[in-house]
Amino acid sequence: MAPLEELTQAWQEARRDRAFRRELADLLENYCGRPTPISHAARLTKHFGGAAVYLKREDLCHTGAHKINNALAQCLLARRMGKGRVIAETGAGQHGVAVATAAALLGLRCRVYMGTEDERRQALNVYRMKLLGAEVVGVDAGSRTLKDAINESLRDWVTNVASTHYVLGSVLGPHPYPAMVREFQSVIGSEALLQIRKQHRSLPRLVVACVGGGSNAAGIFSAFVPYRQVELVGVEAGGRGTRLGEHAARFAGGAPGVLHGTRSYVLQDQDGLIVQTHSVSAGLDYPAVGPEHAWWHDSRRVSYVRVEDGEALDAFHLLSEFEGIVPALETAHALAYVARVAPRMGSGEAILVNLSGRGDKDVTEVARLEGVAL
Amino acid sequence: MSGRIERAFTRARKAKRAAFIPYITAGDPNPERTVVLARALERAGADILELGVPFTDPIADGPTNQRAAERALSRGTTLSGVLGLVRELRYSSELPVVLFTYFNPVHAYGMARFAVDAAAAGVDGVLFTDVPVDEAAVAHEALKRVGIELVLLVAPTSTRARVKAVRRLAGSFVYFIARAGVTGPRTSLEEGLEDQVRLVRKLAKARVVVGFGVSTPEQVTRIAQFADGVVVGSALVERIGELGDVPELPGEVEAIARSFALATRRK
Ligand SMILES: Cc1ncc(COP(=O)(O)O)c(C=O)c1O
Repeated sequence: MAPLEELTQAWQEARRDRAFRRELADLLENYCGRPTPISHAARLTKHFGGAAVYLKREDLCHTGAHKINNALAQCLLARRMGKGRVIAETGAGQHGVAVATAAALLGLRCRVYMGTEDERRQALNVYRMKLLGAEVVGVDAGSRTLKDAINESLRDWVTNVASTHYVLGSVLGPHPYPAMVREFQSVIGSEALLQIRKQHRSLPRLVVACVGGGSNAAGIFSAFVPYRQVELVGVEAGGRGTRLGEHAARFAGGAPGVLHGTRSYVLQDQDGLIVQTHSVSAGLDYPAVGPEHAWWHDSRRVSYVRVEDGEALDAFHLLSEFEGIVPALETAHALAYVARVAPRMGSGEAILVNLSGRGDKDVTEVARLEGVAL
Repeated sequence: MSGRIERAFTRARKAKRAAFIPYITAGDPNPERTVVLARALERAGADILELGVPFTDPIADGPTNQRAAERALSRGTTLSGVLGLVRELRYSSELPVVLFTYFNPVHAYGMARFAVDAAAAGVDGVLFTDVPVDEAAVAHEALKRVGIELVLLVAPTSTRARVKAVRRLAGSFVYFIARAGVTGPRTSLEEGLEDQVRLVRKLAKARVVVGFGVSTPEQVTRIAQFADGVVVGSALVERIGELGDVPELPGEVEAIARSFALATRRK
């Protein structure tokens, strides 16, 4: 608990400190390339024949996903706290790459924990992290995915807390992480709100984001939550089917529980043991979900839907072919939902999708799944 | 307050010893062996048994206890199964039992129902590895109603304010983590452990047992001079893992446990 209290205090001080805010804003602009644009997906819109589709281009951030927003901010915080070492968990590898990048930039030592199943399917990102000077440690326990990488990161953190900051990659874990990570990702929503008003001349009818732990979704939703006329939809991984163990749809198949220091919806059996999850996308393959999403779900502000592997793969191809953007498999889940609803909506309405990341990391895995030899 | 735990500490103190508190994971190597192992530990001189409830995601445990939990889970051990094992132990033994558990299995079971069933089975104390004192009031209330004590963890990094908060909820003892980190064998003890234990005893106004990483009889002897009890876990669990379900398992575990029990004497 003491490390969490120390972190809460450091974060509270930093967010009130103008110098910290200025340094972060400067790095986001001049290092990450923010603000990221929103693109009107004209051919896709035409293809659907309904609502206008806009893409918030987090894939254009340095390192290729929204994860860098939070990673840079937390690494700045680590330096401010006098910690010379950062650790992180990663699923898809995008958070790991982002932390390795920020650590290289700021001169911090970095270790990333990654499930061995994820190391296999996101091999490109493993090598990227190593190029950036990080040490990558494979976790060969449990389901060998994101959950197990978080377990190992928490163990490392409590053992080395004096020297180490744990850069958690989503709106998960104990306080202050869910609130802090949402705040660091809220830049996505603040930019998007202004941009869509300018480009579409009104608010979107619908905002869609994929939900792993829930950070890119929380980042874009946070700005739109007060506008009740904007419908918000989070897309979970439906995996291979609706049986427990075959998916990562916490709101469809989970029950309230406590995992990694957070009470939220958790995929578990009747004995309170955490069950295995499956998703084609490593970044959505996690049995719990950020606690604020549980609140948005229960208060009905956000609806949560599920998209299965096959539908996500179709959307992966669709965006590549119609817009010249290869999306991350995580993001493809959000796009698959758009493909479902856009044709049924009016042409004056707009859908804003958070394009959370680009799909270079997934190219070899998609080829393998589709039987293509590279 | 559990009479059995209180009596165990009193008996140890009168015998000029720190209480010897071995830890094993329930259901490791299989549920049929747990009661036999508990009796072996009792014969070896255990004052209190700390019984781990296996969990899929044991974030407070090092590799040794993680593997024990995997073995136990693969043999179908569940929380209700563990309560059944304690009930079975109670046919032949009055050894006080403290369950060492993660919160989610209890949450799924239902706190109130768990408290009633645990008391009926003969559980004396419950330690949640992942419930900080700020969140412990509900568990404390439910357990108190049925006469089970809540055992709280205090870490070397705990602030004074936190240790004082522990005092309000703690039963006859608190569990001091010998070294920041997870369970598992360590080669050395932390500097200043003695002073920390004395301070915690004063602030928490409760007995202090020391655990996490205590893995040799020499370490036990050093800690026994100033702590009220010593927990030895991974050293026993490691051996259970090496041996597996062989006929000589209880005898072997009893022999190692005895070497630790003898080391609790005060000079
Ligand atoms: C591109 C991309 N989108 C989404 C996610 C899911 O995480 P979150 O739900 O926290 O945004 C990941 C995680 O690795 C990712 O890499």
